[in-house]
Amino acid sequence: MIRLEGVGFAYDAARPVLDGLHFTLSPGDKVALNGSNGAGKTTLLHLLVGLVLPQSGRVVAFGRERRRERDFIEVRARAGLLFQDADDQLFCPTVAEDVAFGPLNQGKTPAEARAIVHRTLGELGLDGLEHRVTHKLSGGQKRLVALAAVLAMRPEVLLLDEPTNALDDATRARLLDILAGLPQAMVIVSHDREVLDRLATRAVRLDGGRLT
Amino acid sequence: MSILAPCPCSGILDAARPRTEHSLVGRLDPRTRVVVAVLFALSVVTADSLTALGVAMAAAATLAVLARLAPRRTLRRMLALEGFMLVVLALLPFTVPGRIVAAPLGLAASAEGLQRAAIIILRANGVAVAMMALVGSMEVVTLGRALSRLGAPERLVQLFLFTVRYIAVLEREYRRLRLAMRARAFRSACTPHCWRSFGYLFGMLMVRSLERAERIDAAMRLRGFSGRFPRLDDAAPSRPGALDWGFGAISGLALIVMTGVGA
Repeated sequence: MIRLEGVGFAYDAARPVLDGLHFTLSPGDKVALNGSNGAGKTTLLHLLVGLVLPQSGRVVAFGRERRRERDFIEVRARAGLLFQDADDQLFCPTVAEDVAFGPLNQGKTPAEARAIVHRTLGELGLDGLEHRVTHKLSGGQKRLVALAAVLAMRPEVLLLDEPTNALDDATRARLLDILAGLPQAMVIVSHDREVLDRLATRAVRLDGGRLT
Repeated sequence: MSILAPCPCSGILDAARPRTEHSLVGRLDPRTRVVVAVLFALSVVTADSLTALGVAMAAAATLAVLARLAPRRTLRRMLALEGFMLVVLALLPFTVPGRIVAAPLGLAASAEGLQRAAIIILRANGVAVAMMALVGSMEVVTLGRALSRLGAPERLVQLFLFTVRYIAVLEREYRRLRLAMRARAFRSACTPHCWRSFGYLFGMLMVRSLERAERIDAAMRLRGFSGRFPRLDDAAPSRPGALDWGFGAISGLALIVMTGVGA
């Protein structure tokens, strides 16, 4: 579905983060992405959806090579990225508006968007939160709502950046149950043993700018 | 105390709900409340007679009762305002030239000065109380929506809502950094080390805010944002009801009478 071919990227030319990296995500793949801190795991996720552009190599997503910001608009609708910090993602005043933001951008009518919000929140068991103000949610609720906002766009691929980080046990278990029940192909960055054991179908390790 | 607990600044931003929900003011359309509040403020600022301002103050107090403002909370907020005005008010009678009415401690207080001080007190408190009753008692998000439906520039409204959304996040970041400083035995004092540390603190806060802004922008682009905010409003916003027209008419009349009294 998404393929990186010999991708290189550096914030600082002297120390490249990714160096001639190859990666392929196939349908149904649930890939655990490991690596030490600062190895470039988040950068890799950002490359997949064009938040940063590679300095060398190619990004091929959903059957086409993607080079420019414009090329990635379609990719972003089909591959949803969940941020580490939900506060970065939830910027609308209320939960309903935030979850509807993506669908509305995709051209859905307000009525359709409302139906999607309802369905998505229902599927995640977050019915009661619809009219809550986002900045007053607890950390765990924010994470789940951020996931709902990503899922509302009906992505075919999920990119999860430390999904269970800093969650309490109950919320973590709930999130794991939700993720385990999702059909999408996934790339999961996590240091959480259980996440990798329960969700991943294979694991890759990012080391020295390449995957091993 | 957990640093992740809801921060106190959300208290400032939040309306004094839910007590106001069933009050008369709470049942009004938010747009009515904004319009009346603005008109009230404009009339009070232009009125210059003590009688008119007295009437305005009484009207503001009535609004506060109608909005069922929590008395303690309201007083605490008022206190902040009074503290700010105290200096000006204490100086005015002695600095405005005019007929001397008293001379405590050999300082001459003029009648004109006292009158000016009274006018400022009534004007500031009248506007503050009315604003708290009409606008302060509503959810910030509701206020944003009301402003946008009243035709306020969309960008300003978005800016306003973004500020509300992220001021709490920034405050939390500030408190986290501050806590980390204290954990390493930092104490504020009048030393170069301390000033430098505060410089670093605010510099770091700016850098982090900028980075967060970039991440938010990225998150928005990921969800297809292209510069225009879509709206999730129900197709047609409800029209102002009889209650709103009635309240508007009575308020309008009261403002005319008030201005008339002063003329």
